[in-house]
Amino acid sequence: MSRLMFSVLLAGTMLAPTLVSAEEVVVYSARKEHLIKPLFDRYTEETGVSISYITDKAGPLLQRLRAEGKRTPADMLITVDAGNLWHAAESGVLAKLDSPVLDANVPVNLRDPEGRWFGLSERARTIVYSTERVTPAQLSSYEDLADPKWRGKLCLRTSKKVYNQSLVATLIARHGEEKAEQIVSGWVANLAAAPFSNDTKAMQAVEAGQCDVTIVNTYYFGRLQNKQPDIKLALFWANQDSSGVHINVSGAGVTRYAKHPEAAQRLLEWLSSETAQAEFAGSNMEFPVNSKVAADETVAAWGSFKADELNVNEAGRLQAAAIRLMDRAGYR
Amino acid sequence: MADTPALDLGSSRRVGRVAPDDLWRWAARLLAVSVLIPLAVILGSWLYFDPGVWSHLGATVLPQLLVNTFWLVAGVAVGTLLLGVPLAWLTVMCEFPGRRILDWALMLPFALPAYVLAFVFVGVLDFAGPLQVGLRGLLGLPPAWSFEVRNTLGVIIVMTLVLYPYVYMLARVAFLGQGQSAYEAGRSLGLGPWAAFFRVSLPMARPAIIAGLSLALMEALADFGAVSVFNFDTFTTAIYKSWFGFFDLQSAAQLASILLTIVLVALVVERRFRDRARYTESGRGGAQRRMRLGGRRAIAASLFGWGVFVLAFAAPALRLATWAWGAVGDLDLRYLDLFVHTLSLGVMAGVLTVSAAFVLAFAHRYHADYSTALSVRISTLGYALPGSVLAVGVMLSLTWFDNRLADTIEWLSGEDVGLVLSGTVVALLMAYFARFLAVAYGPVDSSLERIRPSIRDAARSLGAGQWETVWRVYLPMLRPGLLTAGLLVLVDVMKEMPATLLLRPFGWDTLAVRIYELTSEGEWERAALPAVALLLVGLLPVIMLVRKSAH
Repeated sequence: MSRLMFSVLLAGTMLAPTLVSAEEVVVYSARKEHLIKPLFDRYTEETGVSISYITDKAGPLLQRLRAEGKRTPADMLITVDAGNLWHAAESGVLAKLDSPVLDANVPVNLRDPEGRWFGLSERARTIVYSTERVTPAQLSSYEDLADPKWRGKLCLRTSKKVYNQSLVATLIARHGEEKAEQIVSGWVANLAAAPFSNDTKAMQAVEAGQCDVTIVNTYYFGRLQNKQPDIKLALFWANQDSSGVHINVSGAGVTRYAKHPEAAQRLLEWLSSETAQAEFAGSNMEFPVNSKVAADETVAAWGSFKADELNVNEAGRLQAAAIRLMDRAGYR
Repeated sequence: MADTPALDLGSSRRVGRVAPDDLWRWAARLLAVSVLIPLAVILGSWLYFDPGVWSHLGATVLPQLLVNTFWLVAGVAVGTLLLGVPLAWLTVMCEFPGRRILDWALMLPFALPAYVLAFVFVGVLDFAGPLQVGLRGLLGLPPAWSFEVRNTLGVIIVMTLVLYPYVYMLARVAFLGQGQSAYEAGRSLGLGPWAAFFRVSLPMARPAIIAGLSLALMEALADFGAVSVFNFDTFTTAIYKSWFGFFDLQSAAQLASILLTIVLVALVVERRFRDRARYTESGRGGAQRRMRLGGRRAIAASLFGWGVFVLAFAAPALRLATWAWGAVGDLDLRYLDLFVHTLSLGVMAGVLTVSAAFVLAFAHRYHADYSTALSVRISTLGYALPGSVLAVGVMLSLTWFDNRLADTIEWLSGEDVGLVLSGTVVALLMAYFARFLAVAYGPVDSSLERIRPSIRDAARSLGAGQWETVWRVYLPMLRPGLLTAGLLVLVDVMKEMPATLLLRPFGWDTLAVRIYELTSEGEWERAALPAVALLLVGLLPVIMLVRKSAH
C-alpha cells in the first residue's frame, strides 16, 4: 500500500467530524459553567461564532494545554485567579496579544505586563466582622488581625486556597518574608477554630459566635447576604490607610497554539467591553475591570474603597514563597 | 482443601500452536501494560529530583500528615470491618425484623459520594450547624459551649460510613456462597455459634473481606474531596499542594509513587499470607434456612442495621433532598443529557473493567506464573492513586501517543490532522479502566477463589472444552461476583470527578461534573440537586443487583 493511500484512508476515517468548523472558539475554563455559559450564548447569538468549552480546575487544564502542545484544540484559557494565569504565562502556553482594545479596557495592574493575559473581573478579599461584637473602629488592616487583641476571635479559610496564598504573597511583596511570617504567625495564634474549607463556612462561624472576624472574597458575603438579608455581619474595607484592599482577578489569555487566534482575541476583547462586563462581573457579584462599567447594585451598595494597586502578577510570582511561609507558620 | 491452581502447566508446553495457557497469560500482560503506562508516567517523575520542595515538606507538614494518614487508614479499617462484616453476616445468615429491607438498603450508602456526606456531616454538626446552634439555644448555653467535629474522628466516621459497603457487599457475596452448610458443619462438630462464626465462616469469607477492605482503604488513601471538607491533611493533600501550589508536578508525582509503593507492598504481604491457605466451598450454596433471632437479639440486630442505614444514608439523603427542593428551579432539560452521559460512561466502563477483571482473575488463578502474578498486581494499583494524579498520567501518556501519531500522519501525508484520541471518550475510558480495574478485580477474584478446582476437572472430564468450561461452568457460578463487580464500577464511575473533569469530550458533562461546578463555588445547597440525581441513578443498579443475587 502506498504511503499516500494509507494516509488518505487514515485521515479520511478520523477527520470527518473535525473538518466541519464554521468560525468557532474553544475554551478551557476554570471559571464555572454557570458563570460563563450565559455570556457565551449571548456572544454566539450576536456574532454567530460558536464556543465550545470544558471546565476544570486551572492546574489540570494547564497540564493538558502543555501536554497537547502545538496541537491543542484550545484557543483560550480562563482562570479564577492571577496566580494560575501567571504560571500559564511562565510555562509558555499563552500568546502575547497586541490589542489597543484590551489595553484600554483593562487597567495596567490587572493584566500581564507583557500582554499574555488580562483580568476580566476584580475580586476583592477583605474583612468581614460580627456587627454584634465588633465595631468598625476596632478594625483597620490584615496586618492588625495578627495583634494579640484578636486572640481567639479570628476565623480563616484554609491556606490551601489560592485566594489566601495570593493575599499572603502581597504581604511578602510589601513587607518582605520575615515581617510577613510574623503577621501570618500572629493570625494562627489568634485562630478560634481550625481553618475552614470555604469562605461561607468561615462567615457562618462568625455569625454563630465561634469567632468575631474573618477574611473573605466579597461575593461570598454578597451571596450570604442575599439569602439572609438580616445577617449580623458586615464588610470592612481593609488597609484603607495603607496599601488598600487585596485584589485578585478572574482573567483569560489566548493560547500560543490557538487554531482560531483572531476569533479568540475578538472574544476576549468583547468580554472586556462595556456590553459584556456588567454581566461577567455582575453574575457573580464581582467588580468589573472596565472602569466605564458600574458595579452591580448589591456590590455598589457596599461602598467604594481604595484597592491595592500592586500588579496582580506579583501574586503568581510569590505564590510558592507564600505557601512555604504559611507551612512554616503552621497555617493549615 | 489444598489444590494446586496451575493444573494446565503440562499442556502449555506444546510447540507450534498457542496453548490456552499462554493466551490467558498474554491477555493478562496486555491488560497490565495498559494500566502500567499511565503509572509509569508517574514513576518516571523520579528522573528529575528537586530537593527544594522535599526538604520544605519534610521540615513542615510531612510528619503531621503521615501521622494523619496512619490514623485515617487504621480508623477506616477498624470501622469498615466492624460495620461491614457483622451486617453482612446478619442479613445473610439470620432472620430478624427488617432484614429483607436492610439486605439491600445497607448497600445504598455506596451511592453517596464521600465528599457529599462529608459536607452534610460538617454542615449539620459543626459549631455553626443547626444541631449545635439549636442545642445552645434550647439549653441557654453560652457560645463557648461546643464540640468539634472537624477532626480525625470526624473524618474517620464519615469515611467509614461511605466505605463500609465495600466490605459489606463483598462479605455478603461470600456468605451467600458459603450457604448455611459450612456453618452448620461447624456447629454439628460441637462449636458454639460464635466459635462457628469465627473459626469457620469468617476464615472462609476472608478473601472477600480482605478484597473489600483493601478497596475501602485504597479509596481512603486516595480521597481528596472529603478530607478537604474537613481540612484534614493526608498524603493526598501534600500531593495536591506540590502540584497546585508549587506548580511542581514532579514532586507531586514522586509523592504519589511513594503512595503506590506502600500499597503494592501491603498487597503483596497480604497475598503472601493468604496464599498459605486455600478457600473453597462445598458446592451447596444458595437456598438456605436462616437462623431466626429472637427477643433481645432480634432487636439488637435490627437497631444496629437501621442505625447504620439512617446515619450513612437516610439522614444525609433527607438533608440533601430538602436542599435540592430549594434548588429545583435549576432543573432543566440538560439534566437529561447529564443522566445519559453519566449512565453510559458508567455502563461502558463497567463492561470493560469487569471483562478485564475476569480475564485477569482467571489467568491468575489457573495459569499463573511469576510474570502473570505480577501483571495482576500492577493492574490493580490504579485505585490507590488520587484520581487527579492518575488522570494526569493517562492524559500525558495518551497525548504523547496522540502527538506521535499525528507526527506520523503529518510525515506521511503532509497534513497536520491534530489530536485524534485526546478529548474523546476513549481517553476517559482508559482512565476509568486504569483506576477501577482493582474495584472489579476484588469481587471477581474472591468469588473465583471459592470455586473448587475439582469442579473444573469434573467439567473437563465430562468432555467440556476450555471455553465451554468457562462459559457454562464458571460464568454462571461467578454471576454474583461479576454483578457485584459491575455494580461497584458503575457507581464508582458515576461518582468519579477528577478524571471526568480533565478528560471528558466537549459537551460530555456528567452529574458529578455538575456537582463539582457548584461545590467549588461553595454553592452546596444548589449542588444538592445533581447530588440527589446522582443518588437516584446510583440506586437503580443497587436494587437491580439485589434482585438478582438475593435468592
